[in-house]
Amino acid sequence: MNDVAHALTGLGSRVGSRPGLVHAGRRASLTFLLEIGERPFLVELDRGRVAAVEEGPFVMRSWSFALRASVAAWQKFACRYPEPGFHDIFAMNRFGHCRIEGNIDVLLAHLGYIKAVLSCLRDDAS
Amino acid sequence: MIQPEPIVGRYLTVSVDGRDYRLYFEEAGRGCPLVCLHTAGAHSGQFRHLMCDEAVTDRFRVIAFDMPWHGKSVPPAGWQDEEYRLTGRFYVDIIMTFIEALELERPVVMGCSMGGRVVIRLARVCGDRLGGVIGLEGTDTPEPWYDSSWTEHPQFDTGAFCSALVSGLCAPHSPDEFRWETLWHYHQGAGGVFRGDMHFFRTADSEFAGDSGAIDTAACPVWLMTGEYDYSCTPEATLRTAVRIPGAETVIMERLGHFPMSENPEQFRGYLLPVLERLLEGRGTQ
Repeated sequence: MNDVAHALTGLGSRVGSRPGLVHAGRRASLTFLLEIGERPFLVELDRGRVAAVEEGPFVMRSWSFALRASVAAWQKFACRYPEPGFHDIFAMNRFGHCRIEGNIDVLLAHLGYIKAVLSCLRDDAS
Repeated sequence: MIQPEPIVGRYLTVSVDGRDYRLYFEEAGRGCPLVCLHTAGAHSGQFRHLMCDEAVTDRFRVIAFDMPWHGKSVPPAGWQDEEYRLTGRFYVDIIMTFIEALELERPVVMGCSMGGRVVIRLARVCGDRLGGVIGLEGTDTPEPWYDSSWTEHPQFDTGAFCSALVSGLCAPHSPDEFRWETLWHYHQGAGGVFRGDMHFFRTADSEFAGDSGAIDTAACPVWLMTGEYDYSCTPEATLRTAVRIPGAETVIMERLGHFPMSENPEQFRGYLLPVLERLLEGRGTQ
């Protein structure tokens, strides 16, 4: 089973090893919150690369948008073949498996890139 | 010489409400006409696999046209001075006008997503002229899954955004090649076209639940086929629609999402071929 919190620690190298993905995110410099159960993580993106992944707790730190889901939900999301409803952040949101909050405009501005970064958490991502 | 595909593309001009529309359409096969309607913001290329499947084209003349503003169908003259907004009435009119222009006799009409929505209206108001409808990812009522303000986001008018927005609607099992080709169709869309289609798809303009129960499925069979990974037109919403239409038949398709014909054609044909067989059998008895 995928340990998503552990996968987050390797997110920088996974994204950095995909030149096409880095290029797609060349205009994306932002920080978003990814909450796995009770554990908050801030993912800092800088011109398409993952500059830092930092685990909380945080004291009123700012971020653009937040993706909040349970440990079980993120584990299902991170499967190579997720079950229906857990295969996409919008699917998870629609069916109540995750909450997407904050400045949605920032998410929409970089939507394809952000989705691709999140797909790097999957079992088959290298 | 490399053998070309059997698909042939042509143009024709039809008139709706006094305006001319030059439409591009592709076709392959012979037999019962099967008119295919693409999804919002995309084009007829979604049906290319179907047109190269002899199990289909041996018995069906498969025809798919690009809606105005989509693919190779240009907008009508004067488009530069207006905002494109698809309406239910125009959608029905342009489909039936296209069918009449080609003199198709009782065609089966198969549409996906917004096409899957409009076929329910077609069955209601033009069912006596059709041989049946297949709604792929089709329901009779809008169920928006994102806020309407998104359609005014500057990114919404870009192909890359539309592609990203619908990307999660594909099933994870779909082959990368075909998933990304499906998304490329969205990259190709002109600015404002996907948003214009949403005027039909997300609003009361495509609210057909009120009288979908009046469809005569004995005269015009209704099939609703939905992928289990589709969270836009969900299997649950499809089943609720079928309950409202006496005689409608439903197929929930495993390992498929919102674009069954283009994201995973091999998986889709396993579900579609028996449905086409049933429609042909019924056609023989009508």
